[in-house]
Amino acid sequence: MIRVKRSHLVCIALLSLSVCGIAYGKDRVHFLIPGGAGGGWDMTARAVGESLSRSGIIETASYENLSGGGGSRAIAHLIETAPRQTNTLMVNSSSFILRSLLNKFPYSHRDLTPIASVIADYGAFVVRIDSPYVVWQDVIDDYLKDYRRVNIAGGSSRGSTDHVVAALAFSKSNLDISRLKYIPYNAGGQAMVGLLSGECQLLSTGLSEAVALAEQGEVRILAITAPKRLPLFPNVPTLKEQNVDAVFANWRGFFAPPGVSQKNVKDYGQLIEELLALERWQQLRADRGWSHLYLSGNNFNDFLSEQEVELSILLDELGLLNK
Amino acid sequence: MIDGILIGLQTAFTPINLLMVLAGCFAGTFIGMLPGLGPVSAIALMIPVTYGLDPASGLILISGVYYGAVFGGSTSAILINAPGVSGAVATAFDGYPMAQSGNAGKALAIAAYSSFAGGTIGAILLLLCVPFLASVSLSFQSSEYFALMVFGCTAVAAFSGKGQVLKAVLMTLVGLMLATVGEDPSGAQRLTFGNPELSDGISFLLLSMATFALAEALSMVLKGRSKSNDSESEEMANVNFKSLKLSRDEIKEIAMPVGRSSVLGFLVGVLPGAGATIASFLGYGMERNLASQEQKKRFGKGSPIGLAAPETANNAASTGSFVPLLTLGIPGSATTAIMLGALLSYGVQPGPRLFIDNPAVFWSVIVSMYLGNIVLLILNLPLIPYIAKILQVPRQFLTPIILFLSLMGVYLVSFNSAELSIMLVIGVIALVFRILDYPLAPMLLGFILGGMLEDNLRRALLIWDGSYDFLWQRPITATIVMVTVIVLLTPVFSEIFKRASGKR
Repeated sequence: MIRVKRSHLVCIALLSLSVCGIAYGKDRVHFLIPGGAGGGWDMTARAVGESLSRSGIIETASYENLSGGGGSRAIAHLIETAPRQTNTLMVNSSSFILRSLLNKFPYSHRDLTPIASVIADYGAFVVRIDSPYVVWQDVIDDYLKDYRRVNIAGGSSRGSTDHVVAALAFSKSNLDISRLKYIPYNAGGQAMVGLLSGECQLLSTGLSEAVALAEQGEVRILAITAPKRLPLFPNVPTLKEQNVDAVFANWRGFFAPPGVSQKNVKDYGQLIEELLALERWQQLRADRGWSHLYLSGNNFNDFLSEQEVELSILLDELGLLNK
Repeated sequence: MIDGILIGLQTAFTPINLLMVLAGCFAGTFIGMLPGLGPVSAIALMIPVTYGLDPASGLILISGVYYGAVFGGSTSAILINAPGVSGAVATAFDGYPMAQSGNAGKALAIAAYSSFAGGTIGAILLLLCVPFLASVSLSFQSSEYFALMVFGCTAVAAFSGKGQVLKAVLMTLVGLMLATVGEDPSGAQRLTFGNPELSDGISFLLLSMATFALAEALSMVLKGRSKSNDSESEEMANVNFKSLKLSRDEIKEIAMPVGRSSVLGFLVGVLPGAGATIASFLGYGMERNLASQEQKKRFGKGSPIGLAAPETANNAASTGSFVPLLTLGIPGSATTAIMLGALLSYGVQPGPRLFIDNPAVFWSVIVSMYLGNIVLLILNLPLIPYIAKILQVPRQFLTPIILFLSLMGVYLVSFNSAELSIMLVIGVIALVFRILDYPLAPMLLGFILGGMLEDNLRRALLIWDGSYDFLWQRPITATIVMVTVIVLLTPVFSEIFKRASGKR
């Protein structure tokens, strides 16, 4: 009897240990990246993973690049294999909401467990150094004279973040955005060529990319979509201070599979908080030009729902919804 | 400038850095030989390794990997007709037939020599005219790129033997059509037949593996096994150092094409967004057009010129693509985009001020790129006899190996089993085309150019409000369009002229 009990006990002990190991997913985190190596998602996930593992908060970080369908394959994979993905965090960004609204895939943030956003990349409008545009109002004046004179370059397709941020800025400037001339390029670098070669007058991109470009002295940043000037870039004016109430944060954050326990969500939240306190992380974030945007759990969820409403109005004005 | 080069050389020639470049070239060659893993993935794999190194060593390691992977890609194109990267497609046109005719060693050697020559001439041009070229590259707008892609399509004539022009044009159109598969930029589904697996379009790797490697392996199966095949492969792989040497005549034959293709390749590479693939196609097309009647007949059947020209242009273009990266901070290709990522992770921001602010880094990038080129030649020439031994593997083993590698290569990039079914379907269709003697290269050309052609046309039309005026209102566009028309009409007119003079 006693022997049986003992073995039972051992079994239970082992079982609970292994359950602990899985539930307390702290010794290893598996990052699911919905895009290819070198992209924005990839850079974020690897920066977070490196910071966590090198500072010893977790033992190992592993990465899986699962690109396809603008992120839909990774999301579908996470949902289908949810019970097995006990240590997995998927990185994503505002384009998740956009693509969900555009019906590019049948999922929304409600199908996953939002953990936290860690950084934001505010939208930035860039012009050539010799451009006649000095303040945002110059763009508005030119657009009012002839909308055809303002070609806006962006690094990805119509309905992408670059496009929608431009639409937001013009819409909040009380302009008719149904005629907005957005010229899509395949990558940020090519959009920059479009600006420098003179075929486009304005470039809509993320602040981190814009800062890197502006440092070379070929372009300058006209305005950003941050709520107020950023401590890292005190000289970059916001749209808000130019009387245009356009605020938009392209967040990058993490999602756990659906049906994750509350305790697990808490553990992940704690993990992210430990990350944010790391000096290594803060340095990395500053080097990359990323802004701090920490929202966790329910706050993050509410923020996502708010952004969803805001973006759906914009997409509708652009005539991109319900096609 | 001399000071800068000396600083660069000094950094590059420390023992640790020499070790880095050796290790990089070696690793790169093997990574590049696997279908599906090109220079981009090879560098991406190496970037975590470089985090622990100082910037110069890291960059040197990366450049070694880069050149190694480019060479490795040509190796698999030449030996098993499996170009894993688009830049190596044109290499397979003459490289594979050459290897099949018993000159595998020579084919690899020509590839190595011409890569080296292209890289060297590219590096010299880079040193001489960096600031000047940077501004020229910016005079190219979408309309110019569109015209350039159309011009690229005229290279199709070069891939078609006599009497095959119509077939080649047809296959180009098939390629252009395949390039439109998937979700178009405005969100409409094209040629996907409601299948979500097709909505991302067909990847280059899939198409290239299906039409070249898979179709090749399948046709080997169809040919069956005969005794002569075995002794043939025995003979094919019988490579020693002697057979690597080029005769004086051969050197003479390829010297001029190599020189011309270097300059052409470099100039195409300088344009952000054109890149090595287009350079290799244009190099091949140009040399075929310039070749004598005698030499023209050998194109596609193992002509040394047909092998040397695209290899040279490809490498010169890769060097050229560093002009927009280093002077404007703009990555013109996937490879330079990865390089930019690596530079940024060291806190180095390439751009017009890099040259002034941080000359040591600027020059060590250039010197290390060049060093990679040299080491590759020294390292790989002795390895060629061993690499060529692949062909000694009897066909009944080689065929499944090719099948395995090409299917794996595609799967490992996408992790999507549906791609394998698509690949098989395309492979079988390609096999039918092969049997009916339709050339497959023009299809790949149409496919590669098709996407860029459409993107640029779309942008040009958007910017010009739907009007086609840009075709004649922009001088550079108009010039390229005119050259295209001349190239297209020359054969027609020369035929008419010949008939007219014949009658007299």
